[in-house]
Amino acid sequence: MIAQRIALGFVTLGVVSVLIFVGTEILPGDVATAILGQSATPETVANIRRDLGLNEPATLRYLKWFAAFAQGDMGTSLSNGQDIAESIVRRLKNTLFLASVAAIVAIPLALILGMIAVRFKDSWIDKVISMGTLAAISLPEFFIGYLFILFFGINLGWFDPIVNVNDRMGLMERLNAVVLPVMTLTLVVLAHMMRMTRAAILNVMSASYIETAELKGLKRSIIIFHHAFPNAISPIINVVVLNMAYLIVGVVVVEVIYVYPGMGQYMVDHVSKRDVPVVQACGLIFAATYIFFNLFADIVSVVSNPRLRHPR
Amino acid sequence: MSKINSELFNTLMADKRISRRDFLRTSLATGVSLSVATSMWSGSVAAATPQRGGHFVQAMGGSSATSSLDPVTYTNVFDANLGYVFAQRLFGNDPVTSDYTYELATAIDSPDGGITWVIKLRKDVTFHNGKTMTPADVVYSLNRHRGEDSKSGAAGSLTAIQEVKPSGPNEVTIILDMANADLPFILTDYHLLIQPEGDTDGGIGTGGYMLTEYRPGEVGMLKYDTNYWGEDCWFDSVECLSINDATARTTALITGKAHLIDRVDPKTTNLLKKNPEVVIENTTGRGHYVLPMHANTAPFDNNDLRLALKYAIDRQELVDKILQGYGSVGNDFPINNAYPHFSKLEQREYDLDKARYHYKKSGHSGKILLQVSNAAFSNAEDAAVLYQQHAKRAGIEIDVKREPTDGYWDNVWNKQPFCASYWSGRPTQDQMYSVAYKSDAAWNDTRFFNDRFDALLLSARSELDATKRTESYRDMAMIVRDEGGVICPMFNDFIDARAKNLSGYIRDPLAGVSNGLAPYRCWFAA
Repeated sequence: MIAQRIALGFVTLGVVSVLIFVGTEILPGDVATAILGQSATPETVANIRRDLGLNEPATLRYLKWFAAFAQGDMGTSLSNGQDIAESIVRRLKNTLFLASVAAIVAIPLALILGMIAVRFKDSWIDKVISMGTLAAISLPEFFIGYLFILFFGINLGWFDPIVNVNDRMGLMERLNAVVLPVMTLTLVVLAHMMRMTRAAILNVMSASYIETAELKGLKRSIIIFHHAFPNAISPIINVVVLNMAYLIVGVVVVEVIYVYPGMGQYMVDHVSKRDVPVVQACGLIFAATYIFFNLFADIVSVVSNPRLRHPR
Repeated sequence: MSKINSELFNTLMADKRISRRDFLRTSLATGVSLSVATSMWSGSVAAATPQRGGHFVQAMGGSSATSSLDPVTYTNVFDANLGYVFAQRLFGNDPVTSDYTYELATAIDSPDGGITWVIKLRKDVTFHNGKTMTPADVVYSLNRHRGEDSKSGAAGSLTAIQEVKPSGPNEVTIILDMANADLPFILTDYHLLIQPEGDTDGGIGTGGYMLTEYRPGEVGMLKYDTNYWGEDCWFDSVECLSINDATARTTALITGKAHLIDRVDPKTTNLLKKNPEVVIENTTGRGHYVLPMHANTAPFDNNDLRLALKYAIDRQELVDKILQGYGSVGNDFPINNAYPHFSKLEQREYDLDKARYHYKKSGHSGKILLQVSNAAFSNAEDAAVLYQQHAKRAGIEIDVKREPTDGYWDNVWNKQPFCASYWSGRPTQDQMYSVAYKSDAAWNDTRFFNDRFDALLLSARSELDATKRTESYRDMAMIVRDEGGVICPMFNDFIDARAKNLSGYIRDPLAGVSNGLAPYRCWFAA
């Protein structure tokens, strides 16, 4: 089953690459006019097109790119001639680092808050948690980001508001640097996961085996953690991986306000310069991220649920 | 100098509300000689002697992950400013007199009245890779930006150069297709950095700081080069930090992560001013915002309609509301007093009667489409809506259409008959008019074809007599103002902000962050 899913994943990636290519082609202008902007002359534009091979038909360019990519060669950027693999790896590492730290903070926090909300259902604790996380998700992330910068970066001066990490930084230095963006991202993804945890657990709390556990005299918190949570894990994990994928592919706004050198800004810059090979590479990495996390969610669901492991 | 002047001077100095340039200009106007004025300046503000040391960070916007170090590919201010830190041009610009200065050249002369130019090169200059600069390097560097195969953004302004050749051990000769008194200014273009022969990657220059690290769209790190020929470098190391978000740039400055930032948002400038550790430096520049009309396309081929539209705009309100006062009104020609050979013309006012008169005379009726996007300049869409209201009072209906930012320069500017745009200005009037107003200009975005204008431009170009040149430029300005296709409502200031302890900052009318030369002009006060 897994092999089949992986094969399908590759087909999806192929389709995605065609879509990205067509999409970038439809956008007005090309790399030559985008690079030169207001200082373009017909001659310089023609020279750039000729040197980059942009005069060839689009299908031929796509096939050439695909042939190279299939052999593991991402090529070089059209706009600045840098090796794509090299520059992407550095940016991807930064993105994965920020996403992992945010996930390590946000996921356990969301699950615990969700369970606490169930434990104290309808009490003021439940309401505070729900209202707080909903308020956080309702504010745009740049607003939360600016608030954190103002309070923790400028007024209190606890953390660095400019997070331009580099390769020379050690792990602790890096962790210290990303505190504010991690806090921002945590608030953004928390509500979705917390509310799903709460809803999914409440859903199984009405089952008869929970009643049995209660009649046995077990403590409510133990019931929630040991009996309800494992049975509610499937919908929760789906939401969790969706948010993890978001942390990797969707944080360009947070990158911009904290000046964090991640994949989002990198891709946006290259889209605006119509730099097709780089956009392709970024797009495929993002698509692969989603495919991987969906596969991962399905595997966890199956493993955690005996009924799915042994289908009738 | 009278007592009143001297008191005024002291007050301004105490506040540091006046730049060296402004000061010299004011003093000269009050009849003080240049040398006295200069010495007065150096006697007070510049008294603090420069001292070496420190790590200087300038945070600038406009960069992109697609940038590279090769001068041929430079398109934005960040690239240009980083280039200025590690490399140099043959000629630079004087921020006070607006004349050219010598960087890697030491003398320039034209034996035949402006066609052949002989340039003496500075001796004993070494590149950061240890190689000594030779005429071959200069020829190579200039030739990369011109000719049929060039991909450079400077190619358009170098078309007049026929040949660049070495003509001695420390000398190159440039031959033009016709006499041009402004060649040294043409060579101040930010693309024209001198590189070692054969270098196509960029990053190696003759500047006072050598590049140690570069990540496109993120940062350029440089350290002081002890072999540097000049004596105008004060920092141990320099960091050019790319921060595209205006709020993040401001944050970087207030928290001490940067010492100098560019493009402060006019809306927040007055708030930032209240911070005692920050000094706002706004400079009257040559950059201006325009609404170009295609003077050969209906309905804009009617000069009365063009005049009606020019009289129907309230320039002062745009300066107040769009630039928050950080700018000055334009007069429908692309030149202001920051240029050499400028003469002031009568200011065109917001005049509803004249607008109605010319509109009626033009016989036009119906809506006039104006295509805008904030890509043209910041808040261009708001400016267009304000203009729409101004024109309405004169009975002229303007239909404002918002265009997508992405692709604006491809699809709208220089294609559609009435849109919004900006120009960052050029070192000389000749260059400004040549790039955008001459009949065969590469970027004639007003489709302006005027034989008399072209003839004046060419005669002024080879005219070595300053008075006659000024007269020609005055006539040209009048032609553009009264017959041209450009509505120029405002010249925008460059608004920088610096840390209080950064000394030596000079307001440079050519570009923001002291025309990118802060690493050479500034130092940290003790």
